[in-house]
Amino acid sequence: MHEITVVANIIEIAENEARKAGALSISEIELEIGKLSCIEKTAFDFAWKHGIRNTLLEHAKRITHDIPGKAKCKTCKQVFEIAELFDPCPHCGNYFSEILEGNELKIRSLRIKESTNL
Amino acid sequence: MCITCGCGTDSAHIVTEGHHNHDHGHNHDHNHDHHHHEHGHTHSHHQDVNGRLITLEKDILHENALLAARNRGYLDAKKIFAINMVSSPGSGKTMLLERTLTELKNKIDFSVIEGDQNTSLDADRIRETGTKAVQINTGKGCHLDAHMVLHAIQELDPPERSILFIENVGNLVCPSMFDLGENERVVIFSVTEGDDKPIKYPDMFHTSGVCVINKTDLLPYVSFNVETAMENAKKINPELTFFTTSCTTGEGLDEWYHWLRTKIHKPVAG
Repeated sequence: MHEITVVANIIEIAENEARKAGALSISEIELEIGKLSCIEKTAFDFAWKHGIRNTLLEHAKRITHDIPGKAKCKTCKQVFEIAELFDPCPHCGNYFSEILEGNELKIRSLRIKESTNL
Repeated sequence: MCITCGCGTDSAHIVTEGHHNHDHGHNHDHNHDHHHHEHGHTHSHHQDVNGRLITLEKDILHENALLAARNRGYLDAKKIFAINMVSSPGSGKTMLLERTLTELKNKIDFSVIEGDQNTSLDADRIRETGTKAVQINTGKGCHLDAHMVLHAIQELDPPERSILFIENVGNLVCPSMFDLGENERVVIFSVTEGDDKPIKYPDMFHTSGVCVINKTDLLPYVSFNVETAMENAKKINPELTFFTTSCTTGEGLDEWYHWLRTKIHKPVAG
């Protein structure tokens, strides 16, 4: 259940940034979650639902971008889509690969309501 | 609030011999007035309809990464080699440490950070070997993070040119995401867990540099193929270094000890 920690970190970062910008609430949050980032979606949704209560994110719309895994084979140098860490290179069958994308765990943006918008 | 790092949201306890200190318990009540928004997104470009956009592009585990880098810098400066020991519960991490510490303590300086949800039983076992140890109790937490380790290192004050073992919470999933500032991550699994363990829990094997296959004395009683286990682990991480050990018979421990001895920073000659 590291998803709870991840949600807690999102809330902390988002609230800090929103307060710095003078926000009263956050109306939208945009996240990037890589498919190889070991986030289990149902656990994350559960942690989110309960975690955001009584925070600035309580009524925020969440937009999540799932980033597919992309790897570069260290043997034949081809770039390929990787669904699991143990997928071999589809071109040469080797397991030596470098993960290029899919490990993202990022807050892309926030949309905030400021006091002047009331 | 912790002065060193400005922390205030952690609920882990660090336990030195016999007493709890550095309690980070903290209530985090927020009372805000919440406004109900209309979520009809007309996508007009008037920013005030849905609010102002702030672009962050910020790593969610950024704070942990910063504290891990801080730990790593401190450890490097003191020439301490830190090993993060990760595994599922019951793989034999603590027993591997007990044997290692008992047999090498006259050759290498060690200190140990023990992570468990509850109790200081493991730290007590380590202290029995004569090695300095602190226990972190994570409470409901399922992993150690760099922040807990930062305070444990402060408490422990490991000597220069030593090896610091960090025994993580028994959990083959969550600890993989949290860099503690270690120099090496060692994943341990025992032959009773099955040779397909690496592909069932790939993340931990992907982020580790060393893999210990433990309890090999039980091989005659279980259908575990060491070669298959290694092949499975190599599919995830072809660069893994393997040790096969039994802490009951001592089989394979010499290789493990040799590897540890190569990690000690030698004093500069001259």
